[in-house]
Amino acid sequence: MDETRKMTIDAEHAPVIEPGHTFATVTDKISSIVLTRPTSNGWFAGFGIAFLATMMMLYAIGYLFLRGIGIWGVTIPIGWGFAIVNFVWWIGIGHAGTLISAILLLLRQSWRNSINRFAEAMTLFAVACAGIFPAIHVGRPWLAYWLFPYPNTMRVWPQFRSPLMWDVFAVSTYATISAIFWFIGLIPDLATLRDRAIHPAARIIYGILAMGWRGSARHWHRYETAYLLLAGLATPLVLSVHTVVSFDFAIGIVPGWHTTIFPPYFVAGAIYSGFAMVLMLAIPIRKIYGLEDFITERHLQNSAKVMLATGLIVAYGYGIEAFMGWYSGDRYDAFTIWNRLHGPYAIPYYALLLCNIGIPQLLWIRKFRTSPVALFFVSFVVLIGMWLERFIIVVVSLHRDFLTSSWGMYYPTRWDWMTYLGTIGMFLMLMFLFLRILPAISIFEMRTLLPEAEVKE
Amino acid sequence: MKRDPIYGMMAEFDTAQGLLDAARKTYQSGYRKIDAYSPFPIEGLAEEIGFHHNRVPLVVLIGGIVGGCLGYWMQWWMSAVDYPLNIGGKPPHSWPAFIVITFEMTILFAGLSAVLGMLALNGLPMPYHPVFNVSRFAMASKDRFFLIVFSSDPKYNAQETRSFLETLQARSISEVPS
Repeated sequence: MDETRKMTIDAEHAPVIEPGHTFATVTDKISSIVLTRPTSNGWFAGFGIAFLATMMMLYAIGYLFLRGIGIWGVTIPIGWGFAIVNFVWWIGIGHAGTLISAILLLLRQSWRNSINRFAEAMTLFAVACAGIFPAIHVGRPWLAYWLFPYPNTMRVWPQFRSPLMWDVFAVSTYATISAIFWFIGLIPDLATLRDRAIHPAARIIYGILAMGWRGSARHWHRYETAYLLLAGLATPLVLSVHTVVSFDFAIGIVPGWHTTIFPPYFVAGAIYSGFAMVLMLAIPIRKIYGLEDFITERHLQNSAKVMLATGLIVAYGYGIEAFMGWYSGDRYDAFTIWNRLHGPYAIPYYALLLCNIGIPQLLWIRKFRTSPVALFFVSFVVLIGMWLERFIIVVVSLHRDFLTSSWGMYYPTRWDWMTYLGTIGMFLMLMFLFLRILPAISIFEMRTLLPEAEVKE
Repeated sequence: MKRDPIYGMMAEFDTAQGLLDAARKTYQSGYRKIDAYSPFPIEGLAEEIGFHHNRVPLVVLIGGIVGGCLGYWMQWWMSAVDYPLNIGGKPPHSWPAFIVITFEMTILFAGLSAVLGMLALNGLPMPYHPVFNVSRFAMASKDRFFLIVFSSDPKYNAQETRSFLETLQARSISEVPS
């Protein structure tokens, strides 16, 4: 009994960095992954597979440009198929990165310092994957730039009263802010790599990217101010992005879309799936690169707890949707719920409930929160569940709306699958490149966590 | 104008505390044109070397206000002035629908101002800087701490400054050529 209790307390207070590290060892350990560690065969194999998947995506998109979106499964009434499902899924995954880097910074959760860098990279790559879909979904993708307000010979402007326009601004702002936030965080570490690189080409490239950073106290002061302000700006931004994505649905009158629970439930779902992706990346990375000292059990536990909490908010959202189907007294709303439970897409709906509500409840048990294998499995299940959620929202709401005569079915084609799986390949390919050429953990922020960094006035 | 061949005198320290104490003593003994370098931000160090006017917040505030005004004005001018279109009977100037993009533009401009303002005020990018002439300065991005007294300081004197820095328990002291 006492033994169990002691172990319980230890797991609760697992350190953010294992003891015994100094400025030098932290610097060496993280920078050597990039600078001196030989590129392993495993890296080439993983990168190669991801690269081939990316080529498959480009092939599918190339054929799409040639033939038009008729090659996809979209029809009337299901005009929004995989493209929108995948867009929402990817952009949601990105949200965890901003939550970790910005919101946890403002809340002074210093454990975030060891996972914020690759979580931000994940955000950037997920937003890149997300951005592909609306652009290729517009029908004439070579005219996708019409989405932006630019002076043109037709003298018309975009329709600012449409939530789709809001989305253009929200997502492009999000992509820009995520990119600069990530780059600003990298500058001091790029200077470290510049000073430690042996190969002259590496020294020049890192040197150019570091922009002459020399760690002056004046620079650090402005740097920290700018970083903190960016975090303060990114916090409402990230909440607004998935809110605006949910407006794409909620502003419409389609039953199953037209509901006020969507903004909070979308944001919670985004963070839910994002933390699942963070765990799916962190667990293999810490193992392969031997970073267990920096990404400790505490990080896994905390991420699992965030997943559990946001998962419960998502479950509440499902509950409210079902409740409102009955309470609104609207026969179309009631039918939407009935159709989810008993219609032709009932199996994906039950799978969704199992993946997003059922299996993640395992995280209440400490043994599952501290076991990397179990966490990896639960995260995988959550990612599938969150994808199914968007499928249910987009496809199942559209396929049977007001008029029985206009009902239809949606069957994804091989081109849908190739594009979707291809973006996963592109995401992983970018991740492999990132791990190889940039420090996956923020070196300077790890230094601030060490006891020797503390100063007295 | 001929440049001073000597940029300053640089002292190296092993700990963050050592640098902070040394910076305080240097400022107190009358040196004003000084700077300190560390591999991570040290709280209070900028104040010790006499840096108090951080204008980054002002730049961000101005950027945000400009972005917000521009965002709203753009939507109003395009939808209500230049080419009003009647869509679903909504008024051309539908202010509630314009709030989202106004908000996003505020964040976008404020965020870009934070980054560009910080870099501009810091004088970055700067490919060449004399401090890099000291070979040991490469350690400033790893685990060493440096203090410099610029030769432009009126109190600067190669002999006196060096002997002053020696009293601060510096690990090593070197002259920085410009």
